Amino acid sequence: MSKPASGLARQATAFMNWMDERLPVTKFWDDHLAKYYAPKNFNFWYFMGSLALVVLVNQIVTGIFLTMHYKPSAAEAFASVEYIMRDVDWGWLIRYMHSTGASFFFIVIYLHMFRSLLYGSHRKPREMIWVFGMLLYLLLMAEAFFGYVLPWGQMSYWGAQVIINLFGAIPAIGEPLTEWIRGDYFISDATLNRFFALHVIALPLALCALVVLHLTALHEVGSNNPDGIDIKKVKDENGVPKDGIPFHPYYTVKDLFGVAMFLMVFAFVIFFWPDAGGLFLEHDNFVPANPLVTPEHIKPVWYFTPFYAILKAVPDKLMGVILMGVSVMVLFLLPWLDRSPVRSIRYKGAWYKFLVIMFAVAFVRLGMLGMAEGTPAQTIEMRVWTFVYFSFFVLLFFMSKNGKTKPVPERVTH
Amino acid sequence: MKTMFQTLLATAILALPMAANAAGAAGALPASGANVNDVGSLQRGAKLYTNYCLGCHSAEYVRYNRLAEDLELGEDLVMKNLVFSDAKIGDPMAIAMEADDAERWFGKAPPDLTLIGRSRGADWVYNYLLSFYRDEHGAWNNTVLQNAAMPHVMWKLQGIQKPIYETHTEDGIEVRTITHLELETPGTMSPAEYQDAARDLAAFLEYTSEPAMLKRKHIGVWVMLYLALFALIAYLLKAEYWRDVH
Repeated sequence: MSKPASGLARQATAFMNWMDERLPVTKFWDDHLAKYYAPKNFNFWYFMGSLALVVLVNQIVTGIFLTMHYKPSAAEAFASVEYIMRDVDWGWLIRYMHSTGASFFFIVIYLHMFRSLLYGSHRKPREMIWVFGMLLYLLLMAEAFFGYVLPWGQMSYWGAQVIINLFGAIPAIGEPLTEWIRGDYFISDATLNRFFALHVIALPLALCALVVLHLTALHEVGSNNPDGIDIKKVKDENGVPKDGIPFHPYYTVKDLFGVAMFLMVFAFVIFFWPDAGGLFLEHDNFVPANPLVTPEHIKPVWYFTPFYAILKAVPDKLMGVILMGVSVMVLFLLPWLDRSPVRSIRYKGAWYKFLVIMFAVAFVRLGMLGMAEGTPAQTIEMRVWTFVYFSFFVLLFFMSKNGKTKPVPERVTH
Repeated sequence: MKTMFQTLLATAILALPMAANAAGAAGALPASGANVNDVGSLQRGAKLYTNYCLGCHSAEYVRYNRLAEDLELGEDLVMKNLVFSDAKIGDPMAIAMEADDAERWFGKAPPDLTLIGRSRGADWVYNYLLSFYRDEHGAWNNTVLQNAAMPHVMWKLQGIQKPIYETHTEDGIEVRTITHLELETPGTMSPAEYQDAARDLAAFLEYTSEPAMLKRKHIGVWVMLYLALFALIAYLLKAEYWRDVH
């Protein structure tokens, strides 16, 4: 040791020791940041996790300020949103950050999930991370749906009408169930009020709790990487993985750069294109909700349209609802459907690249068809892509077991 | 990395032609050329709105004092020239007509137009205002919104247009469609002047839809510049830390 520590540094160390005896601050910091070893070969796709957290915080903070001015009543909701847009200082910015944030949440989450598909991040031993992630995704969909009803425009009202009526397709209990959800015989003030409660309290609480579980499961087994290999197999004399680097400072500074790049895209939309041509804020939602006038073309927001297209592809309502439900739920099974001995797309054969590309195209195309008016030709196309969507899971199950693989390296490629 | 780009590229190549296909579906109206950043245009639009529209169509989310500020008019000028009721400067642009009465008189209450620029768009407003005609029975109609309950309020300015029909048979039934409108009786404005007026009104309604539009783009430029600088510093910081990762 060179010089003795200065008075201030000594006091700080003493304080941390005092604290650590009572609350494991240093241990937590080391376990999850300073001595949490992440693979050094993360690429673009690995920004999405931290970005999802950034968007979650954005939604909560802007949401708090919106609730200060928003009125959850059928008579006042629409006007209160316009009040926020016009009379509240910086209200327009807060609202656009929240509405754009909702769409970006799904963009980030879809890319985050697609990353798993590419590199097998959901495969053993990370099944629970995937299951918690899927639960997060389901909650996020519910959260987005409830939030979309709150501005009480025509699309809020009629979108809610369509979605709630889906539950009416369930035999026997369908009708009473929809009434129970609405709290009324039709979508009304009572519905808006309870959706507000769920949107601002119940679901955000559940989302935050699940984020903790998602990250706890992740930090228990450690992150996967683009090569899909286990970095813990090769360790140095101190027991540190040779291909691992401490999350802090390496990935905190790298993610900071990722956040900066993300914010540039995010801010561009907020300031120059907040309705994204009707994709993020639909034109019809600038007309106040009117139970007596049905809009010409009712469609959900873009992030639901792939599943909406699967619903519309089936002529029978109940079967359509079931198939739509299955199309989401089947994703839970992904860790067990892929039986390939290797995780990453890099060391799987062409068969897997083909499957993933077809799946991605089917998902995007279904999303576009779900927004369209629904001509007979489009309905046929929706059926084709619905078939492709489901084929992915079946083919994955059968082809993965004996599908061609390439030799997997011992150490990560960088 | 290579695989990732290959996958992305393949996805994009397969999905893009489909996107173009879907985007071109809606029948687009001719562009209005409305410019919300032209304060003069907004001022003229406000004058037309208060004189011709505000009798029936409220703009209930717009306050007069906001107009005074955003349209660079000042409160005195607004009170003298744009407020025809007993409204005070901080009041919204409301109408005296009750919705129930309006429905009895017109069949449908004239909608509030604050947000028409967002629900229909400025191009729609512009084309709607140009597309009034009087049919052979002397009734007003509009080619953009067929059988609209609204009469042509600005007919004295535009004059009276008559429809030119084209008949063809479809499955043995004679169908008559309007090919275009022709100015029958000229108004006080020339066609070019009336187009300018419609453009001003469209710009004004685009502004009322989202007054924040005037400043958000100016602020946005600075935000983008700041974020670009932040991204550069963040990148340099990352590069510095990562020098020892091999």
